[in-house]
This record gives sequence, C-alpha cells and structure tokens, in this order.
Amino acid sequence: MRRGILALMLLLITQTGGAMEADIQQWETESGSTVLFVERHELPIVDIRIAFDAGSARDGDQPGLARMTSNLLLEGTSSKDAGEIAREFERYGARVSADSGRDTGDVSLRALSEPARLDPVIGTLATAVAEADFPAEAVERVRRQMLLGLEQAKSSAADLAERAFTKAIYGDHPYASAPAGTIESVEAIARADIEAFHARHYTAANATIAIVGDLDRARAEAIASRLSEALPTGEPLPPLPEVMLPEAAQTVRVPFEAEQTHVVIGQPSVRQGDEAYYPLYLGNHILGGNGLTSLLAERMREERGLSYSSSSRISTGARRGRFQMATQVRNDALEEALSVLRGSFTELREQGPDAERLDASKRNITGGFPLQLDSNRDLLGYVSSIGFHGLDHDYLTQFVGRVEDLTAEEVREALQQHLDPERMVTVLVGPAATVNAVE
Amino acid sequence: MTTRNAVFALIPALMALPAAAQAEMGVSEFTLDNGMQVLVRQDHRAPVVVSQVWYRVGSSYEGRGQTGISHLFEHMMFKGTEQYPEGEFSDIIAREGGRLNAFTGRDFTAYFEILAADRLPIALELEADRMANLQLSAEDLATEREVVLEERRLRTDDRPEGRFGERYSAVAHPGTGYAHPIIGWADDVAGTQVDDLQNWYEQWYTPANATLVVAGDVEPQAVYELAQNYFGDIEGAAAPEVHDPEVLSPPGERRLIYRDEQTRVPQLRMGYEVPSFATADSARDPYALLLLATVLDGGDGARLAEELVRGSQVAAAAGAGYNPMTRLDGEFSLYGVPGDGDVEAVEAALREQIKRVQENPVSEEELERARSQLLADHLFELDSVFYQAMQLGMLETTGAGWETLAAFEENIRALTAADLQAAAQRYLRADHLTVGIMLPAEAGDEA
Repeated sequence: MRRGILALMLLLITQTGGAMEADIQQWETESGSTVLFVERHELPIVDIRIAFDAGSARDGDQPGLARMTSNLLLEGTSSKDAGEIAREFERYGARVSADSGRDTGDVSLRALSEPARLDPVIGTLATAVAEADFPAEAVERVRRQMLLGLEQAKSSAADLAERAFTKAIYGDHPYASAPAGTIESVEAIARADIEAFHARHYTAANATIAIVGDLDRARAEAIASRLSEALPTGEPLPPLPEVMLPEAAQTVRVPFEAEQTHVVIGQPSVRQGDEAYYPLYLGNHILGGNGLTSLLAERMREERGLSYSSSSRISTGARRGRFQMATQVRNDALEEALSVLRGSFTELREQGPDAERLDASKRNITGGFPLQLDSNRDLLGYVSSIGFHGLDHDYLTQFVGRVEDLTAEEVREALQQHLDPERMVTVLVGPAATVNAVE
Repeated sequence: MTTRNAVFALIPALMALPAAAQAEMGVSEFTLDNGMQVLVRQDHRAPVVVSQVWYRVGSSYEGRGQTGISHLFEHMMFKGTEQYPEGEFSDIIAREGGRLNAFTGRDFTAYFEILAADRLPIALELEADRMANLQLSAEDLATEREVVLEERRLRTDDRPEGRFGERYSAVAHPGTGYAHPIIGWADDVAGTQVDDLQNWYEQWYTPANATLVVAGDVEPQAVYELAQNYFGDIEGAAAPEVHDPEVLSPPGERRLIYRDEQTRVPQLRMGYEVPSFATADSARDPYALLLLATVLDGGDGARLAEELVRGSQVAAAAGAGYNPMTRLDGEFSLYGVPGDGDVEAVEAALREQIKRVQENPVSEEELERARSQLLADHLFELDSVFYQAMQLGMLETTGAGWETLAAFEENIRALTAADLQAAAQRYLRADHLTVGIMLPAEAGDEA
C-alpha cells in the first residue's frame, strides 16, 4: 500500500514553515511521464524515484507477478548482467533499489550530484529499467528466493495476520492478494508473463518521476527526459475496480503456536480524494494513530499492561485503503483485549471525541509538520505520492486547514458513516484453543 | 539521589564560558560544571530540532540476575514525576506537535524528542525533571513489567529468528556483557523490584554519566545556555567504574546447532570477534574491517552477491557487516540462507571468501569501489538529522568519542589493499569465530 496521507501532509510545512520551502515544479516529458522536482542545494546529493502504475493491483490472476518483475528489474539487459549493472552504480557510490507495493512499482536512486558521478548512473538506470530482458537464469534464481521468503513467512504471526486481513476485507478486489504472491502462483509464473508485464506497465505513460536534490531545472529536465525517453511510450492503464465493503462482520482464525495472539480488526476505508478522509484521519489519530498518547495505547498498555503495541491506522490508495486496529496480547488476555479494542472504537464512534482529545490531536497534527520533513529522502516520498495520485500542490495546505476546522460532531458522523462494526473483519492468529474460544 | 533546584541559580552569561571545542563536522562540545556533556550539531535545513539524552548504561552493564533492568528502567522513565505525573510528558510533547520515544542498547539508554526548533526548552525541561525527580512505584512497575514481557514475547519468544538470536549471542560472546539479551531473561524481568530500579537510577542517571545531543536548527551557544539552565543544578556523583574483565581471549571456535519447530528455512550466522573503535590497538583497524565488509557485501555487485548468490547459487541470500560502534569488542558478521537447504555448503563458501581476502590482496578496482561507497554513504547520512544525533550519541557512549567522525574520510582513503589483507589475517581467525545454524526440526522431533 502506498504511503498514506500522514506522510503526504508533512509536506505542508514547506508551504508554512518557511525555512524548508518545497517549491514543487512539475512538467511532462515529451514521452508523457509526469515529473515533479524540488530543488535542494544544502547537500551535494540527488534522490530520484520513478513510480510506475505496476503494483500488485495489476497482478491479474497471477499473484506475485508485479513483485517478481520488480525483483528482476535490475537483473540484466541484452548487453550487461546483474553484477555489471550493480557495479556501474556502486563505482560512483550510488544506491539503487526496486520495490513494489499494491499500487506502484518503484525504482529509487540516491547519488552524488557532481555531474561526473551522476550522469553515468542516470544512463545505467535508464538502460537497465527500459531494456531489462529477464535472463532465464535470473528468473529461476529470483523465483527460488521468493519461494523461500514465502516459506519463511509461514513462521511469522504478523505476516499470517496481514495476509488473512487483506484477503478478508478486500474479497474479490485485486488489493486482496498479497504482493509477494503465493507459493503456487509464484511457481507458475513464466518468463514470458514477466516480459509482458514489463512491456505493458513499465512505460513512459505509466511513470511518475520525482526528483529532489542538488540540481537546477535544466539538469533535472535533462535527467527526466533521459529516463523517460528510454522507455516505450505505452498507454495508461484502465482504472482499478471499486472496492466493495464486506457484507457482514466476520472473524477469521489462523492457528499458530505462540504465547501471544496477534489481533487485527478493521475494514476498507475510503479512497484517495474522499472528503471523509479528513475527519476519519483525525478520528483515527485520537483512537490509535498517535503512539503512546492515543486512546488504545493508554487503555491497553498504560492502564492494563495488556500489550506492548496497540495502535490503529488509516490509509488510502488509488482505491479504498484500510482502517485497522492491531495488537498482540498474551493468550489468556485475548478476550479482555478484544473487548477493550472493540469497546474503545464503539465508544468513540457513538460519542465522538471529547473536547480535550480533539484539541490535543489537532495541535499534534497541525503543529507537527516540520518534524518528519527534515530530509530529502522523506521529501522524495511525499512528492512522488503527490505526483502519482495527481494531487494539487497545495493539497497539504488544504489538509491542515480542514483538520483544524473539524468539530467533534463531524468526526463522529464520519466514523458512523464509513466505519461500521457490523462490517468489520477480526483476524486472530494464535493457538487454536485460544482463538476458537472468542468471538 | 539528587534533587534539581527549581530556580535557575546560575546565569550562564555571568560565568566564564567554556570555549566550545569547535571541530569539523559542525559539532560543538560543552561540559557543564556537574560533568554533563553537551554536543550540538547544527543543521539549518529545516526548522526542526532533535534532542537526545544519552546515559552511559545499557544491558552490558547488567550483572547476573538483573538482566533487562536497563530496558525495564527505560520504560519506567515514562511513569512521571511529582511535577509531571504519568502521561504528562508525552501529552505535552504531543500537544506541541512533537514526537518522543526512547531506546536501550547494549551500551546506552537514550531518550529523545523531535520538535519544532523553537520548542527545544520544553524538551530540556522535561528531560531534566525526570533525570532528577522520577517517581518509582510498585504499582506502576507491576503494569510495566507486563508490558515488557509482552514486548519480549513479540520480539523474541514467538519468533524463530528471535529464539535463534538469543542463543547465538550467548555462544558468540561468552562471559561478556553482550552474552545476554538487551530485553533480559523473562525470569529476571519478572523478578526486578522497585528497589533495584531505584538503585539503578541513583547509580547511572547522573549528569556526569549523561550526554545531551542536540541536532538541527539551533545555535550552539544558545543550546549550551539552555542546558545550563535546565540541567546545571542537578547534582550527582560520578557513575561507578564499570569493570569488564578480560575473558577468554581467544575464546576458541564455537558451533551452535539450533533446531526450531517453527522455522521453515535454514539460516546461517558466522561472527568473528574483532576490535571496535573503542578497543582497537590501531585506530585504522576498524576502517580496514569496514572496507573488507564492503568488498564482500557493499551491494549487489560485491563478492558475496556475485559469487554465492548469482555465481555458484549456493546461497539464496548472503551478506557481511561490521559495526565499529561498540564499547567492548565487536563482531565481523556473515550470514547466509542456502538456496537448496544445504547450509554446510554456504558455510564452506563463506569460509572460502574469508580465506581469499587473507591470501590475496583485493583488486584496486574493488578497493576503490568500496571506498566510493563508504564515502558516499557517509555523506548520505547527513540527510537525516536524527541519525546525525544518533551517531554522536553512539560514538560517545561506546567510548570512541564523537571526534572519530572527523577522521573517517582520511582513514578510508589511506588504507591500502595490503592493509586490508593484514587486517583479515590478524582478525578473521578461526579461534575468534562463532558459527550458528538454525534448522527446521527433524521429522519426528515434534512433541
């Protein structure tokens, strides 16, 4: 899932904070890629991220295909093998990585800005991404690595809970399947599938290029053009289907021998751009989104000593993101924990936040913008998200204004309208006797 | 126990100001009269400040029967004072738009706040208050002990990697303070009493045993004056000398085979006990080890990925690493995950890699590439204000000294292929080696 709005709103300080003016420049390359650029000269470094509409939501009936393509992206072209490509970056001290989530497949580069060190790695990056040819040897090797990862994930309660939760809340939607795929699906992916996925998705029309760092506009334009023009033009992808809400509440039990049970409770949230996101964001912040000062941490940890970590989060994506409360508790305290989590949510939903909590959360949200925006790397993530989701450059200013204006009643209404205990999924990963003993 | 006078008795401007030890890296150092050290790293890119109070105490200071007390105490530091009862500290920082937390390591316990730069006094006042006036109660301890035991279950008891990691450390660091887990043995955590915590507080939480690190959009002199205002009146004796006996040198080669019912994929860890910045006879040796780790695993183009993962494919994943920021001797680490389950083959291949750097100098191309990577990474680290503060705190509490930073580039540039080879021969020796293997339970093992 892409970085949520919390990350995005931090950008706001750049409009309000003064010292960190993030003047986003935006243009389109001739090949049709969107480019967002922020000039930052304090350090002689450059961060670049190309976000493709190539996440696991595009897997079709082959879970793991997007991830496998991403994992193989820097593994060879017709003229260079994986080691040669890697050393061309490393020689100049550059760091490169390819990652993928539900909405996007990203390629990120961090390099020194001096032209003699930057220009060669831009060339290497452009060629490697555009001309990736997925050598058969690399396909089999990466497949084995992914299968081992999937095997290993079976011994992680957190991973089992995440898989069961997304499967249950998203049903038939492409978001339901895990980006890493399944053992059966990864075994079945053919090299030709990967080539076809690459040809369709890793195109100029599907690329958002974010650049932050020690460059002037002319150099940034030249870099963006070089990266974009290496790619086939391509065509935009059809929109993803809408997420349907679960019909009824459901409890999913996953047996796992452990001293603790992992609990996740939640449902699909709203999509990027939905007006309800502002009050939901604030409501979540009060409930469990603000670390130790949130309602859930206070009740679960501080007052009762039930868990180390109890929190909630809300995210959005190209389609509905998710709302979830999560904790891990010793098995004999599971019933009490469930009642605290569900009770705290229901109470907030029915009564709305009290004035003191509402005010404290607003102050934390609006006052906290500068904090996490003190690095080029963070800035890169926010700028990339703004570009990919097509948000206004002043979206973040609007966000803070909206949060500041919210009333307790508006928070309560949004919770009532969009988050419904009657539709929520509860996932329990723990010993069979423990998870079968509760509702 | 010290009590902080609430009145600012001293006005810094009237006192002889200590000359700030101004060095490269933009770091300023001050020492308050009570012995507390203050380090300021200026970074004016954003109107943000990171404030960290580091105490020279961590799990490696703990004796038999008291493991985990450093970490449990860290949790108790959030339980409040008379002036700011439980929850107030966090609420105030949150209302000011800030974030806070704390962390415990083998060699340090540290508490931090991240705030808009003009709110620094708020963080300093709160930290000074709990350095001097923390209230410990049996009731709070009873709740927090449960929280820590849940944390232990989450991180260690319920994860195969966690269970393996504790066993590995016990074998890899025999007889030293690094042998037991930072979070402590569950029995010790359950047995820790308020008196134990009170003693821990009085012994270690004194200004002379603390370093305040402030990084961000601040002026050093102003930070010094604030530190003097808030911490200057706290009294306290020097912390006790910690005694780490010379044990088992060399410890001899050790082998751990651990079978775990829940693990699905075999894993290999290998570690050579080697010097750190703090313990090295020659200041250059840690840099030679850093370069060696980079030659082996600086990225996907380095030797382990090229030869073990892609070449022979004996490993699905392999890596090497070395952290020189440890108070006691550190570890040059290797790990591997076999591609087809043959963990011995991965071990043989990693041993072969070590043998090769001992027998042959690395090529100039490889050395230059490793240098470029380390120097670029060193520069990239400047992008994170929080990490800059972390680095200063770790260097100080592990005994290396923050000035170590200034020598980084010179040392990396000066080392030759022959130096790397000599370091490999001297330190990557079998009698300093631990091999740890985690395997799935054998068929029929399961109860």
